[in-house]
Amino acid sequence: MKALLPIGLVLTATLCGIATAQDATYEVPRTEYGHPDLQGVWNFSSSIPMQRPERFGEQEFLSAEQIEAAVARQEAAAAAADAAAARLVIDPEAPEATDNPGGYNDFWIESAGIGDTVRTSHIVYPPNGRIPPAREGAQRQFGGLGPDIPGTRPVRYVVGGIAKDGPEDRGLSERCIVGFNSGPPFTPSLYNNNVQIFQNKDTAVILTEMIHDARIVQLGDKPELTDDIRMWSGDSRGWYEGDTLVVETKNFNGLRQTFSSTGDNMDMVLTEKFTRRAFDTVDYEFTIDDPATFTDKITAIVPMTKVAGQLYEYACHEGNYGMFNILRGQRVQERMANEGGAQ
Amino acid sequence: MKTLIQKHLTNLGLFALASFFTITQAAAQSGEIPRTPSGKPDLSGIWQAMTSAHYDIEPHAAAEGPHPGLMGALSAKPAGLGIVEGGRIPYNEQARRVRDQNKVNAIDNDPLTKCYMPGIPRANYMPFPFQIVQSESVVLIAYEFAESNRIVYVDQPELESQVDAWMGHSNAHWEGDTFVVRVSGQMPDTWFDRSGNHHSWEMVVEERWTPIGADHIQYEATITDPNTFTAPWTISFPLYRHVAENMQLLEFKCAEFAEEYLYGEWRKPGTPRGNPPQ
Repeated sequence: MKALLPIGLVLTATLCGIATAQDATYEVPRTEYGHPDLQGVWNFSSSIPMQRPERFGEQEFLSAEQIEAAVARQEAAAAAADAAAARLVIDPEAPEATDNPGGYNDFWIESAGIGDTVRTSHIVYPPNGRIPPAREGAQRQFGGLGPDIPGTRPVRYVVGGIAKDGPEDRGLSERCIVGFNSGPPFTPSLYNNNVQIFQNKDTAVILTEMIHDARIVQLGDKPELTDDIRMWSGDSRGWYEGDTLVVETKNFNGLRQTFSSTGDNMDMVLTEKFTRRAFDTVDYEFTIDDPATFTDKITAIVPMTKVAGQLYEYACHEGNYGMFNILRGQRVQERMANEGGAQ
Repeated sequence: MKTLIQKHLTNLGLFALASFFTITQAAAQSGEIPRTPSGKPDLSGIWQAMTSAHYDIEPHAAAEGPHPGLMGALSAKPAGLGIVEGGRIPYNEQARRVRDQNKVNAIDNDPLTKCYMPGIPRANYMPFPFQIVQSESVVLIAYEFAESNRIVYVDQPELESQVDAWMGHSNAHWEGDTFVVRVSGQMPDTWFDRSGNHHSWEMVVEERWTPIGADHIQYEATITDPNTFTAPWTISFPLYRHVAENMQLLEFKCAEFAEEYLYGEWRKPGTPRGNPPQ
């Protein structure tokens, strides 16, 4: 589909962006206005789990032996995938190993981080790297690529659906309202994990590739936005603290989840920090504060790697034939079932 | 109001020269234009056109709008002088027939009814604000309508259009104080207005953004598309800066507002539309 063209980025970075080994003498470049220069296209792909496996406890970084083992596992998995693909080339008629064709093949998936690969999890607070318990009564809603899970509107998750009666029954990404990785906060996902940052004297813009969402961050003292105006991406205000761009976002519309299938983001305050650690690395740190949903704050760090290339337009809605086909297909199935029952 | 010299130049088809006189006159009447530290005009800010060109870029009288029985005067089309230099778009014969056909049911066929991105130049004269964020090598133009935006590459001619896009591919350079942007690679599906004026995949738009004071930009665009037009033609209009202290771009993710129009036919009969009240 035209609208789903993948980014044609040329990845220039290599697996050398280890946070703990960065050059302490690195001097952050400045924009013509003297601000730390964060501009460019950045990739936030990652193979690190968002939530830390319990066996690591409060261990934030992998040891040398654990890195070696993880790399070996990844290489073995990649080799197995290559071998399976090669078998199909030799014998195109060979049966698939599974009856499930899957949603995407390897071409689409950016599961391997190209930057920092040494963390045990992206979440660094709470100290155990785990999502804190939800408040009693907080909204919980689960989507996914499998069968629909019956529920009630509004659907706040991004992929999947509660039914196929109308478009409102589908996830927000299927409706092309919110990108499945674009947040805010943006988080590593299947593909198109790219963001471009723009800066001038009094504004920064965070442009996620998914659904071409240009979030404008007003810098400096401007009047607060009235609480009556609520938006899908919230209202972002920012400032610089040394070499870090700090962005605070409020005024979410309550129609998305706060985090991890939980909450409704109405009262969420999101604080993001962008810090350039090296020529090719920006640390993206975000803190979710939503006392109505979680019993504690959540802070995560997602290192981003600079890529030499351009973002292409992700015109989701303009090519959303999927929504037509989901609804039309369901109506056809219902009609066939009715006709079958009448016979 | 055009001067006698401008009228003569316009009659002779020398639109660019006539516009130059307009710009020069306006600049002489305005204050200093803001500049970046490197001395370039600083176009950053929130801008909006004040025309009725989004209804029709050609000169037009007021007219009844769509669904008059339902909307009365609210949907009526306001009159406008148009923004096309010389008044008329030089369509070839076939393209004019397509335009006339588009016009018959323009409100249904206009891609904006579906909340599709408007393309260039239409995005610049929509009744919505847009924001320019200018830095040295790239300029982002973010439009409120449909969250559309485009990245303008400055002095990077090696970055060519590789795939067609609804907002096209923009390469720019400076000519004195004028920001010249060449927009190519646009989808053929966008229109110029609500009156069915159209183009093909071959369209190239050369925009000229010239500041004429602290809070005004004179915008011109020359449209070249041999598939559709017999000659290049030019539009021009001023852009006005939003000066309110609390001005900011807000969200208009109109995909959600177009769902019933697009998908309503396939909604399960008898089921409700929208979310229940929260």
